Amino acid sequence: MKHSSDIRPHAPAPSRLRALMAHRAVWPVLALALILAVDGMISPGFFQIRIVEGRLFGNLVDILYRAAPTALVALGMAVVIGTKGIDLSVGSIVAIVGAVITWRIHAGDPHWLVLVIALGSALLCGLWNGCLVAVLDIQPIIATLILMTSGRGIGLMINLLYGGTNPSFTSPLLQGLSVGHVGLIPTRLVLFVAIFAALWLLVRRTAFGLMLESVGSSPAAANIVGINARLIIYAAYLISAFCSGWAGVVLAADTHTSDPVSIGLNIELDAILAVVIGGGSLAGGRVYLGMTILGALVIQALTTSILTSGLPPEYNLVVKAVVVICVLLLQSANLRRALTHALYHALARTKR
Amino acid sequence: MAQDAPQGRRFESPRASFDASGPKKPGDGDEVGGTCLEQTIVTARIEMLGVSKAFPGVRALDGVDFRVEAGEVHALMGENGAGKSTLIKIMTGAVQGDAGEIRLDGQTVRIGSTGDAQALGIGTVYQEVNLVPTMSVTKNMTLLRQPKRFGLIDWREARRRARQRLERLNIASQIDVERPLGSYSVAVQQLVAIARALEDDTRVLVLDEPTASLDANETALLFGIVRDLKARGIAIVFITHFIDQVYAIADRISVLRNGRRVGSAPTSELPPLQLIPMMLGRELETTERRAASESSAIHGEPILVAEGVGRRRVMAPFDLTLRPGEVVGLSGLLGSGRTEVAKLVFGAIKRDSGKLTIAGAEVKSASPARSLHLGVAYCPEDRKAEGLFAELSVRENIILGLQTKRGWLRRLSFDAQQALAEAMIEALGIATPDADKPVGQLSGGNQQKVVLARALTSDPRILILDEPTRGIDVGAHAEIVALIRKLCAEGLALLVASSELDELVAVSDRIAVLRDRRKVGEIEERAIDRQTIIDTIAGART
Repeated sequence: MKHSSDIRPHAPAPSRLRALMAHRAVWPVLALALILAVDGMISPGFFQIRIVEGRLFGNLVDILYRAAPTALVALGMAVVIGTKGIDLSVGSIVAIVGAVITWRIHAGDPHWLVLVIALGSALLCGLWNGCLVAVLDIQPIIATLILMTSGRGIGLMINLLYGGTNPSFTSPLLQGLSVGHVGLIPTRLVLFVAIFAALWLLVRRTAFGLMLESVGSSPAAANIVGINARLIIYAAYLISAFCSGWAGVVLAADTHTSDPVSIGLNIELDAILAVVIGGGSLAGGRVYLGMTILGALVIQALTTSILTSGLPPEYNLVVKAVVVICVLLLQSANLRRALTHALYHALARTKR
Repeated sequence: MAQDAPQGRRFESPRASFDASGPKKPGDGDEVGGTCLEQTIVTARIEMLGVSKAFPGVRALDGVDFRVEAGEVHALMGENGAGKSTLIKIMTGAVQGDAGEIRLDGQTVRIGSTGDAQALGIGTVYQEVNLVPTMSVTKNMTLLRQPKRFGLIDWREARRRARQRLERLNIASQIDVERPLGSYSVAVQQLVAIARALEDDTRVLVLDEPTASLDANETALLFGIVRDLKARGIAIVFITHFIDQVYAIADRISVLRNGRRVGSAPTSELPPLQLIPMMLGRELETTERRAASESSAIHGEPILVAEGVGRRRVMAPFDLTLRPGEVVGLSGLLGSGRTEVAKLVFGAIKRDSGKLTIAGAEVKSASPARSLHLGVAYCPEDRKAEGLFAELSVRENIILGLQTKRGWLRRLSFDAQQALAEAMIEALGIATPDADKPVGQLSGGNQQKVVLARALTSDPRILILDEPTRGIDVGAHAEIVALIRKLCAEGLALLVASSELDELVAVSDRIAVLRDRRKVGEIEERAIDRQTIIDTIAGART
């Protein structure tokens, strides 16, 4: 074993190893690698990527493809959690957006306008949440619970606006955005990367991210510094609503129906999990966008591999829970210290 | 209650120990005269021998010996980072030492956890009162051990025990154990914390800065109780930054510096003039009044004028002016309205009366954001709640002042941030391994400097400092006083609220005196001294 002979107890290698082990990305990456490795053993063709009808096909592409809506919602969630808030209404926003799209298409609006209206209705939801949290000072979990419980009902009511008899639609434009492809790459991935890039620029290349984190870290101190905490919190809920709205477009166009009862069900929980697996703390003060995507990929890789492994789908939720708790345990600083210690000694013994 | 005393002493062993302070290192030359003869034939209540502890990158304690007798108040002194906290944490089981031995009444003990320490009769009251303000006094007192009856909490018994505990301090009659703790003053909360830490068999009580937020009367009340506990034979370790209080209460002083014990002597043999150099390892420049020539740099036109500024139930309307290069002090007892005046001027509290003019322009609706752009910066008194972003790095904490002034679109580049943070770390002597360390991990004094650094980065014309030296050791204190003088020599106008008279006397050109949320007088430069301020507060002059 070449690599183990490189590691000597007194050489700089262990400290490099330790620094690597301490990096926040290491455990989510290892979890993802482990899940994929298990998949590779169970189904030998798992990593194959083919080109069918001019687009990429394969399990890995499928994981990215299916993770995109959750990852989008999770990005918005990461921003809100960074302000010490939480947005439970994301699933309802997805449902409302789906209903609005179907309604406006049935009303005969041009499809680009339908897209604008759909995203506008998502932003309206964000304004509502932001108003409750930032202006009225209601605790985020309660404030967003209101839209969470009422949102799917609002979706059903929108369906009723045009009779609700035929909630399906066809739209080459919207379906192109969701299930189409640009060259070999699925369009939704291209758009996801674009939204991620825009958000990353906003958070890391302007001072918005630092202000957001300072508000999440200590609202009172942020106020004394002269930061408009209200505006920042408002912006965070608007961003979250926009991301959920886009996820709603992708999901509704995928199924081309308006199904407010089940579309994006429990997506808020997956999104929160993705943020937490990505190292975000619900105590606020930090936003990790890239890590959040990693978290969403861990969750989706797990779902996909349970489906491809032939396990009955009923196992899905339980296995998911087990893996999630393992990742979170590994992230616990105490356990990690103990493990790093154990690994270091094991390697030292291998050397001897 | 003197009849309790024998109980506290029941573990005292007649066994003599002649090797109390452990092996001497050749480098420990600066022991105070007489300390080598200090070993008596009485076994120390608690004795720590050759205790060492290293944290990554820091040697917090290096072979420290520390002994406290029964019935002794022992002051543990030292600058920030001297190792006081670590020593106390080892004594109370919060941290494990790397080497050394702890003896309790002559018996070697192992303190592996805070639970062990409690079982051994070592009680602690930490600097940050770790009580729940929204819970009742009873619940706070019984948080750790609830009396049970049929498997349920027996609240009647819990109340009885809470009263019993308060009775040990003779304060049970003044406290309603059913009321939420937060409805009492900080002083009472502190007493409740002490009552909670005291068991029947408490042998050692550690008080970590118990007087940090108490005024003179409250401190006197606390000291009365400390003397009472001392009379019962409890060994008391007292940590404070207030030198006067050490001489008021302590029997013996031990001084730590850079993780080593540099001396230990009875209080009577260690006057302040010897103690302070021991703590600093250098001579402290005496804090004199600012020379009149320096003060003449004050330029005529006021930069800040407050006329009748106030807010109902918060602060009675007051007048205040501030000129460039001038330091105006705000003096008064705790709760007299120092912080309120500072916050009203800054806009952190909205005024409901009066007129505020900054640099000739009337400020209609003052707010922190407005003040920032008018060139007013504020360093809050409550560092933890209003000053620090504990999760963010030192760099981010420092640059946030300038960044907020620039607005969110004009982000400072990483290099600019790093340069600014490093310049400030250098200028203020902030002790941190690098600018990326989360600020929550720095010591109190360094956190205070970070907050000050942030205020300075926004390039203010008016700087409001609320308790700039609270919780800071003597050396950092002198540095901050020197910094205040330098800043106003450069034309900055300063408003300094402080509970320390000497500090105000040392830096102020004028002092506004407050009493009971009302401005009761202003002392002009030539008249400033301790006595005048005290007289004005007391109402002997106006």
